[in-house]
Amino acid sequence: MAPVNTTLPDSEISSDTPTPPVFDDKTFRSGNRRTYFLSTLRSPLGIAASIALLVVAFFVAFGPLLWGESAGEADLSLLSAPPSAEHLLGTDAGGRDVLARLLSAAQLSVVTALAAAVFGVSVGVFFGLLPIVAPLRIGRLINGIIAVALAFPALLLAIVASIILGVGVGGVILAIGLAMAPSYARLTQTLGAAVAGRDYVAAARILGVGRLTILRRHVLPNIRDPLIVNVSISAGSALVAATGLSFLGLGVQAPQYDWGRMLNESLGSIYVNPVASLGIGAAIVFAGLTFALWGEVLARTFGLHSPSGRSRRKSSRQSKQAALPLQVSGDSVLSVRDLHVEAPRGNSWVEPVRGVSFDIGRGEILGVVGESGSGKSLTCMAVASLLEEPLHVTASSVRFDDNEFAIDGKLPGRLRSKAMAKMLGTRMAFVFQDPSTSLNPALHVGTQVAEISLLHGGLKRKQANRRAIDRIAAVKIPDPSRRARQYPHQFSGGMRQRAMIAMGLMGEPALIIADEPTTALDVTVQRDVMELLQRVNQENGTAIMLVSHDITLIGAFCTRVLVMYRGEIVETLSAEDLASGRARHPYTRALVAAVPHMDATPGSEFATIDENADFPDTSEGRCHD
Amino acid sequence: MSTGPTTTLLTTIAEQPSVPSGRRIGATSPLGSFIARRILRLWWSVVALVTMAFLMVRLIPGDPVRNALGTNATPAIVEARRESLGLNDPIWLQYFNFWKGLLTWNLGDSFSLRMPVSTIIEQRLPATLELAFLSLAVVLVVSVPLGIVIAALTRGGRRRGVDLAFTSVTGLLTVVPEFLIGVGLVYLFAVQSQLLPVAGRGDASSYILPVLALSIGVSAGMSRIVRVEALTVFEQDYIRTARAKRMTPLRMYLRHALPNLLTASLTIGGIVLGSLIAGTVLVETIFSWPGLGLTIIDSVRSKDYPLAQGIVIVYGLIVLISNLLIDIILVSLDPRTALKDT
Repeated sequence: MAPVNTTLPDSEISSDTPTPPVFDDKTFRSGNRRTYFLSTLRSPLGIAASIALLVVAFFVAFGPLLWGESAGEADLSLLSAPPSAEHLLGTDAGGRDVLARLLSAAQLSVVTALAAAVFGVSVGVFFGLLPIVAPLRIGRLINGIIAVALAFPALLLAIVASIILGVGVGGVILAIGLAMAPSYARLTQTLGAAVAGRDYVAAARILGVGRLTILRRHVLPNIRDPLIVNVSISAGSALVAATGLSFLGLGVQAPQYDWGRMLNESLGSIYVNPVASLGIGAAIVFAGLTFALWGEVLARTFGLHSPSGRSRRKSSRQSKQAALPLQVSGDSVLSVRDLHVEAPRGNSWVEPVRGVSFDIGRGEILGVVGESGSGKSLTCMAVASLLEEPLHVTASSVRFDDNEFAIDGKLPGRLRSKAMAKMLGTRMAFVFQDPSTSLNPALHVGTQVAEISLLHGGLKRKQANRRAIDRIAAVKIPDPSRRARQYPHQFSGGMRQRAMIAMGLMGEPALIIADEPTTALDVTVQRDVMELLQRVNQENGTAIMLVSHDITLIGAFCTRVLVMYRGEIVETLSAEDLASGRARHPYTRALVAAVPHMDATPGSEFATIDENADFPDTSEGRCHD
Repeated sequence: MSTGPTTTLLTTIAEQPSVPSGRRIGATSPLGSFIARRILRLWWSVVALVTMAFLMVRLIPGDPVRNALGTNATPAIVEARRESLGLNDPIWLQYFNFWKGLLTWNLGDSFSLRMPVSTIIEQRLPATLELAFLSLAVVLVVSVPLGIVIAALTRGGRRRGVDLAFTSVTGLLTVVPEFLIGVGLVYLFAVQSQLLPVAGRGDASSYILPVLALSIGVSAGMSRIVRVEALTVFEQDYIRTARAKRMTPLRMYLRHALPNLLTASLTIGGIVLGSLIAGTVLVETIFSWPGLGLTIIDSVRSKDYPLAQGIVIVYGLIVLISNLLIDIILVSLDPRTALKDT
């Protein structure tokens, strides 16, 4: 009977863009909502739900009227008879037609359930909202009572309530309603607390808006939609619960009958006439499903569930242009030609990376700079074969450490051979943006660092652990053997990023791909991490591909810089050129100009790049040096 | 750290021992205070449970004894019964005696069975616990692997067919209540094929249908939740880190994803345990399983209040204690939960 509020996560296309909120304030305004509702109704789900609801409504409204009389007629010569042309579901132990009784019982069964659901939701919402308006102490008391009541299963509460209230229809409604109330109170509380914690509510509070007004103006409108959805779903649970109580003999009493009581009676003669039991069961399931389907329709209407509109697989892309001649310079560790990444969006495809080509020399520190969403991260993940479906990666050539990855212009997300896995695992290392999420919270840091050698180095666990401690020491984490046995949450941010680097150093990396390695860190720690990377570069000759939106950082640490804009490399230039203002492409100049300076006139506005600013198409005059 | 002309100062800072961020500050460990907090909450829940069971009988409109004995009983008999139940004492004394009886495991005599309630509970409890915990085991064994496998198969929107089949089948099974699944199982395995016994508790085969009836729907619902949890875990950055190490998918799922799903799965296990225990009431009625569920229904119908009271308390205690145990297991698996729950 617990309210349901699950949402399926959609896979993210770019790590640069944050996950869209599943349910935002008033995402769907009323006009928009009506069209959305109609379009949901026209979907197969909406049609099925509507038809089912009409059927249920018809029998609820007219069942007793049409079949009530024949349901009472007993044919004493046909007790518990199997189905016949006259009695489609047979007869019950009293010789009455099961189908007629089934149809005329629809009213009592469904109305009882709806009444219980409405009663339960009202009580729950009332007590869930009370703590928001009531004095603090009373609010706490109510919260405590809700927490205690939630610990007990609803059926148990319903049984207790029916002991007090006695058996019968009224008892069932009150019992189920009261049993449902705690979980609704909790749901209301959670939803309400989320709204009450938002900035605009805090602002209203500071402005002296009363609690009741806040409740009416801000909290109620925002929790209404999820509540409506849950009411529909719990009408189904209430139906099941009510028939359950009647089935147990605690609900509807003779001479009244509902589906639960009928099921209980039919079970006695299941060996003689099983069709009766199955028919009654089917009726309960049908009505229950109807409410569940409506819950889904309403959820989609309110935008609580995103309809899973994932488009089909990308059909193999024909090589639309002749592959560029391979110009692999002997000393480049990574060489990429004409890399494309495509992603499904709605029913079409977008291309966040459009024909990128570049080289990284051995021991070089290459910077990739560009704004969020310019395709920097996707480019890194693509060359590392880390992008998976539904993303689609093509390239005429991706050569890493003298191995060609692209086959027939495609770059598979899955590795084809063990040798390739070993090569990528040991020769290419990663430092990701957020060290607090990039390390597995459930595994010891040492275990995670050691894993590379266990997988690809052929070391036994003990040797791998020893090497891991050695590597952790090499990145200047103090007390390495103790630290190795700790979990990531016991590390500071800078130490986690060092641990990531240590992980990469377990192999003999020819290239470290550092994707915004310092963005999530404090400024002082940023410097430490960058120096560590620089040291690795100088001592081991490891090339580094440093991705950042921070043009100052790139300028300070890199020898050469790629500027990416809307999925393309618009300019390649040396760090000196960047520093001395010799950038040629207007976008690069705009980026440089947007860096705040200490000597700027106080009070002058920061230079910004307008979101809609369009820089000249780069297809003809690419600025490469 | 020898590089960079201007970095000497920063280098020295970096080489000093870093902040002991993970170390616990102060004397009280989070684990200890967590367990203390949980036990305090258990205590309040037990007080609420016992008070509810006590008030339950007092709140019945009219005279519960008259209710139970029917209108034919003479006033003398009713009065004698009231006296023996202590219903004529002041309410605080009744409450005190109720607690005393509970702590000395003396819950009075059942009206209908004319036996001490405690004896009846001792006889019937094992059957119910067997049913509930066997079902819990089935639920965990089925839904956790199933949810993870389906999530692995369908992540990133692939294999739409599998996704659709899984969602529809489990969605349907979640809607069908356990007593209907029970009726369906009786029909299939007893009426149609007569393969399995449908009533009573005997050899191993008599457990199959009741446990199935109780666990099918819950497994379906839980595997959906596990799938959503698993999909969330698969999207995490540390899974990308694991993929960057280039391991087999099996190792990635088992070694890197599963430990992070364990706590979520156990939490759900705790939630479903309550509904499994409540579900025993219905399933025991269908399969004539001689447990507490069957007994409480009989006691409510025959207005055997002392027995109903006792069983309500026992059911409540089972739920409360298993929730506490699950919380403690969770915290020992993942110490961070202790910090979150304040």
